[in-house]
Amino acid sequence: MILLVSFLVVAMLAAAIAASVFRDLLSAVIAAALVSLIASILFYLLQAPDVAMAEAAIGAALTAAIFIIAIRRTKRHEE
Amino acid sequence: MRRGLSILLLIVVALGISLSLGEIPFGRPKTKVGRYYIDEGMKETGAVNIVTSVVVNYRGFDTLGEVTVLFIAAIGLGAVLTGGGEKKRKAEPASLVLYTGCRLLFPLILIFGAYVFVHGHLTPGGGFQGGAIIASGFLLIYLGCRERRISPVASSLAESLGGLVFVVIGLLGIVLGGYFLSNFLPKGTPNALVSAGVIPIIYIAVGFKVGSELASIIDNLIEES
Repeated sequence: MILLVSFLVVAMLAAAIAASVFRDLLSAVIAAALVSLIASILFYLLQAPDVAMAEAAIGAALTAAIFIIAIRRTKRHEE
Repeated sequence: MRRGLSILLLIVVALGISLSLGEIPFGRPKTKVGRYYIDEGMKETGAVNIVTSVVVNYRGFDTLGEVTVLFIAAIGLGAVLTGGGEKKRKAEPASLVLYTGCRLLFPLILIFGAYVFVHGHLTPGGGFQGGAIIASGFLLIYLGCRERRISPVASSLAESLGGLVFVVIGLLGIVLGGYFLSNFLPKGTPNALVSAGVIPIIYIAVGFKVGSELASIIDNLIEES
């Protein structure tokens, strides 16, 4: 259990750093969605399933979709 | 000069936060109200899910405010985005795998979302979660079956009806129970689907409202892009 949680936290930190470092904005959005997905798993493991469901649906799916739509209208690469 | 000033400011803010939060004992219950909800929530509201009993019953007025904020956000987005007039976008069709998969999965996602908000007082989840799941199902439709659109009339009808039911139940609470959003229906037996008075009705209304609002946000954005 503690191993799983520590692995998830390390992966979440890595995804968060990747989201801020990536020049390709599409990759950055995917990494940010990964942060939300791992956060929802952690919420579930912390016995907050209500929050986990909202985080998975809104944080990982809908927010990423809105960002991807915005990227399609603007530029994909950060200069 | 500027850097030194910002470091000084940072130190002052960090000191303030650590001094004010350092006094609070960590990991122990600090207020009595949380313990009260856990002990008495099921008896007083009839909802087995304590989160739901807090969200819809004890803090129902806050939930109405949240729903209103989401409503205003959706209205504002629609007002900003639907200015460019009608333009028919030539979308290339999705691949067969995506098309078939989304046609297969969409009804299942809808049923799961409806299950989540209908059973909000029994199992984890509720109106917001179920609505978000339904909206993600509509997102899948927009990705896979691109020629389909939700009808704006049905969407705004579901949205307005959801909000109306919430407010009317709150006002009925004043008439029948003495205060806004009071639980005037019988509580029933715990763990039954029809129990907890007005909570399931409010959560079904919130589920429809949140689902149609988030789906219309997605619809507006995709239509414009």
